[in-house]
Amino acid sequence: MKNIIRIRSLTRREKVFAFLLLLPCFSFVATFAFYPILNSFYLSLHNIILTFPGLGQPFVGFENYKNLIQDKVAIHSLTNTIIFVIITVMLEVFCGLIIALIINRQFRARGWVRAAILVPWAIPTVVASQMWRFIFNDNYGFFNFILFGSNVAAYRAWLAEPLFAFSAIMLADIWKTSPFAALIILAGLQTIPDDLYESAKIEGANAWQRFKKITLPLIKPALLIALLFRTMDAFRVFDLVFVMTQGGPADATNVLQFYGYKKIFAEGFMGYGSTISVIVFLITFLICLFYIRVIGTRLFQYRG
Amino acid sequence: MKQKINHTCFYALVFVVVFLSLLPYLWFLNTSLKTPIEITAIPPKLFPSGSLEFYISAIKEYNLMHFVKNSTIVASLTTVITIFISICAGYALARLRIRYKGFIMGSLLLVSMFPQISIAGPVWRIMQSLGWLNTYQGVIFPYVTLTLPLGVWILASFFKELPEELEDAARVDGCSHFQALFKIIVPLSAPGVFTATILVFIYAWNEFFFALLILTEKKYQTLPVGIALFQGQYEIPWGEIAAASTVATIPLVLLVFFFQKKIIRGLSAGAIKG
Repeated sequence: MKNIIRIRSLTRREKVFAFLLLLPCFSFVATFAFYPILNSFYLSLHNIILTFPGLGQPFVGFENYKNLIQDKVAIHSLTNTIIFVIITVMLEVFCGLIIALIINRQFRARGWVRAAILVPWAIPTVVASQMWRFIFNDNYGFFNFILFGSNVAAYRAWLAEPLFAFSAIMLADIWKTSPFAALIILAGLQTIPDDLYESAKIEGANAWQRFKKITLPLIKPALLIALLFRTMDAFRVFDLVFVMTQGGPADATNVLQFYGYKKIFAEGFMGYGSTISVIVFLITFLICLFYIRVIGTRLFQYRG
Repeated sequence: MKQKINHTCFYALVFVVVFLSLLPYLWFLNTSLKTPIEITAIPPKLFPSGSLEFYISAIKEYNLMHFVKNSTIVASLTTVITIFISICAGYALARLRIRYKGFIMGSLLLVSMFPQISIAGPVWRIMQSLGWLNTYQGVIFPYVTLTLPLGVWILASFFKELPEELEDAARVDGCSHFQALFKIIVPLSAPGVFTATILVFIYAWNEFFFALLILTEKKYQTLPVGIALFQGQYEIPWGEIAAASTVATIPLVLLVFFFQKKIIRGLSAGAIKG
């Protein structure tokens, strides 16, 4: 009897302890993540202009949303974002797979090679953006130099041309984040036991067959997780656009996060800008749910 | 013979990958070591004279060390706070009996993934009403929130690997729960704590979006904001930007070369093991 009471009080104390341990984490996330998401929705139903605080915050219902649908720049930013996400994520996972296959092999200086590949991932995106902006510079840029050498007359201002500016930003993003995809895929590759390949070899499977029949199915979970992380991250592309093009030329590189930032903080339309915040959140949330269904409970069934 | 060709091909491929990863960065490093005359040469000069002129100018004219100081303060404080809170939460989620574990871990993951713009307006308003615009805590609080998922996921995955009996043994010896955590569990998971520290530090050092919103005064701006907004009187000061970028990047490149194994382990923690 005494023992039972002891156990009970212990679990109760354990519960209190667990609660106290989780409390700081929960407070931060609730205050600076969950509350702002709900508050964004509240703000989006009001007309708030930061530069005219005298106007107050009149409730306008879904008017901001109606305006958003008719806003050509917003629609354009949305399509730009979607194109950006699809192209960069596909190429990043593809490049990541190739890099992962290379660094998964045993060879000399492997540690150095892995470190070198991590450099693009580790440096600030702002620095990477300035680097690529300089590379595509019309006069002093490395890109013009490689293409045209000393034929200065042929030099072009790449970032002033809509299609090239968009491609330049995608290139910079692929350069910066393929290593991340590679690392996730590498972790998947390392879970494949070597003897699988050995027995396939004995049975006469060639390299391509081994890749298709063994590697690919077994790294599918890792590929999907890389896809999930990259999709969500590509959706919030901002730094590259802010530094390299400021959304230009003529909104050719405008993306949702940059447009939202401009509306709220450069032009002061807190209410209207918040509709963009809400839409962006809903889109990414749906994508997230979709991935979770595809990946299954694997990601969330926490096993450590 | 065939194997030898394969071998050469393989190393050529490795070389190409390394070369492409480092080339843009090396080009900027190279640019930072030029003189103002060399940098405006058309076509560009391939080899710099190794002048430090742009570094001196970045420090004197553009207050580079000021940005370095701000970044150091913000990134270090963020890291310390995040790691402490992550140790607590990670421990609870990994080793205590609580309900909805999967749900909590999942919601945390969601926090780390949604676009910053979806919380930007309200976070700015919170900071404004607290009078925290243009203060260090104004960015540190959002940074802690956004790095917590990373910290909790990594630490929880390390704590899970320790043997079950550890805390029981500690409690028999008269340790409280809290003492058991910080005297026994944390020292034993030192590699995990270290990995999480590196990753959180890199995130806080590199963050740009919230810093741009909240730190509008030069006095408090961090390196990424400084580098993004470097503006000369007539021209873009490429030399100074390159110099400042090199300074901002050196700590990260060193971290990567010394601790690549830990970083790789940390990035794939939790994500792959399921």
